[in-house]
Amino acid sequence: MELAKVISLDVIMIDDFILNAIMAGIFVALAAGPLGCFLVWRKMAYFGDTISHSALMGVGLGIALGTGSPWVIMVTCAFVSGALLLLQRGGKFSSDTLLGILAHSALSIGLIIIALQESLRQDLMFFLIGDILAIDTGGIFDIGIMSIVALGGLFYIWKPLLSLTVHEDLARVEGVNVLKTKIIYMLLIALLVAFAMQVIGALLITSLMIIPAAAARNFSRTPLQMVFYSMILGSISVIMGIMMSSIWDLPAGPAIVLSAFILFLAGRIIPGRFRA
Amino acid sequence: MSDEPISDDPNPLIVLEKVSLSFSGRAVLSEVSFSVSRGEIVTLIGPNGAGKSTVMRIALGLQQPDKGQVHRAPGISIGYMPQKIIIEDILPLSTRDFLMLRPGATLAHVEAVMDLVRISHVGPSPVQRVSGGEMQRVLMARALLGEPDLIVLDEPVQGVDIAGQEELYKLIAKIRREKNCGVLMISHDLHMVMAGTDKVICLNRHICCSGAPENIQDHPEYHALLKGQPEGIALYTHNHDHTHDSQGNVVSDHKPDQGHKSGQTHGTGQGHKSGCDHD
Repeated sequence: MELAKVISLDVIMIDDFILNAIMAGIFVALAAGPLGCFLVWRKMAYFGDTISHSALMGVGLGIALGTGSPWVIMVTCAFVSGALLLLQRGGKFSSDTLLGILAHSALSIGLIIIALQESLRQDLMFFLIGDILAIDTGGIFDIGIMSIVALGGLFYIWKPLLSLTVHEDLARVEGVNVLKTKIIYMLLIALLVAFAMQVIGALLITSLMIIPAAAARNFSRTPLQMVFYSMILGSISVIMGIMMSSIWDLPAGPAIVLSAFILFLAGRIIPGRFRA
Repeated sequence: MSDEPISDDPNPLIVLEKVSLSFSGRAVLSEVSFSVSRGEIVTLIGPNGAGKSTVMRIALGLQQPDKGQVHRAPGISIGYMPQKIIIEDILPLSTRDFLMLRPGATLAHVEAVMDLVRISHVGPSPVQRVSGGEMQRVLMARALLGEPDLIVLDEPVQGVDIAGQEELYKLIAKIRREKNCGVLMISHDLHMVMAGTDKVICLNRHICCSGAPENIQDHPEYHALLKGQPEGIALYTHNHDHTHDSQGNVVSDHKPDQGHKSGQTHGTGQGHKSGCDHD
């Protein structure tokens, strides 16, 4: 009787600790999957990397300014996205070249600024892979709001964004405001990345956008279905990853990405009749 | 010809006025002027690299000219059929959903237009799995949604077999007649173009000659420009007769070669369509 009580208390304590992480992770996954679907549809996976690398620059700038606010990160990401849009207009360099230039320049600037802050050097890993197990209730609330705003924003631009994803010129002739739609989409990604830094870090956030979306393809017949399944698969990855992390004492962020990868592989090898 | 007025019509749908464009110092277009009016089919022909697609992009507002002006009648709706469209396999999209992307399209609209161009059977299929000829119809359906005043078609029959080509051109003519919209298209198929067009514009970075097809085929510049093309004049003569004969009854002769995909199942639709032609 006594023993059972101790064990169950113990379990409840672990649950509470892990529950925060799972909630925060699921909020991130719910926004990352749908935004990530457009990244894979638009063949812009590398854009996710560029934005998350810029986030590291934002972290560095935030520290230099004496604040850890996600808004500094978001503004930095938005700034780099804007730079990309401007550079693309020149037309001399292809998008992937520009993305490569911006991603690594932003990353390097971020690393230099962080390195200049003596006290932070050992914490670099935190910014790269996050620390989901350290999330508190306030953090969950912020991420939850972010998730709702990101999904609401995506809902608002859904049809024009899908239309210009299929054929930009056709969308433009049919009256879609291409530039406005693209800017809103980039801002939503910047928002997600800024708030997901603590959960999964700059190095891994792209994977939470890309992998569940790609894994969802097998089961989907419509864009909306793919968005829906990417949310489910992302959430499952979060739960699996945090479980793996707590059982085997693995770093949580990489464990989540590994789970997503396992789900992706599982989706590739299941028999055709289960696919859409 | 630069002294002539660009259009006799007081209210053309679109006017290009002395449009010039160069890319990195190389002139792509110089002083191109023409107009498209309601109920008129204007066809751009010319060799590769003549600037046909660029003219079209300028007309659509996708490209700004260096010099000259483009006037579109205020508030007109434009239906655009791009040359080809590549949709990644990673995007699960049915043909019907592709058509639904047109702003303002309702399911009833989409169903009606799919019926008109006879692609109802591919509605639920992934748009990536639709055959080349059917895809042209799908793109045409997209252009027809939203009741366009002006339809802009970039090589509308590309990849379609001869029977299908004839049918598509007839469809374009029929839509022009029923909706009284203007049509601007690029084409390579001279023989077909000649039969169904009101005005031909022969382009080679500038307008070499333009006018009604009967007049233009005697124009020396036309011959100079297009004599290298094997399918030019000879095929035209052959098919000109052919097209005249086939207004109503020859359509059914073509059905067997028209393709296994739509031939049998939509025989009735076709009969209905040729019936409409006679009204």
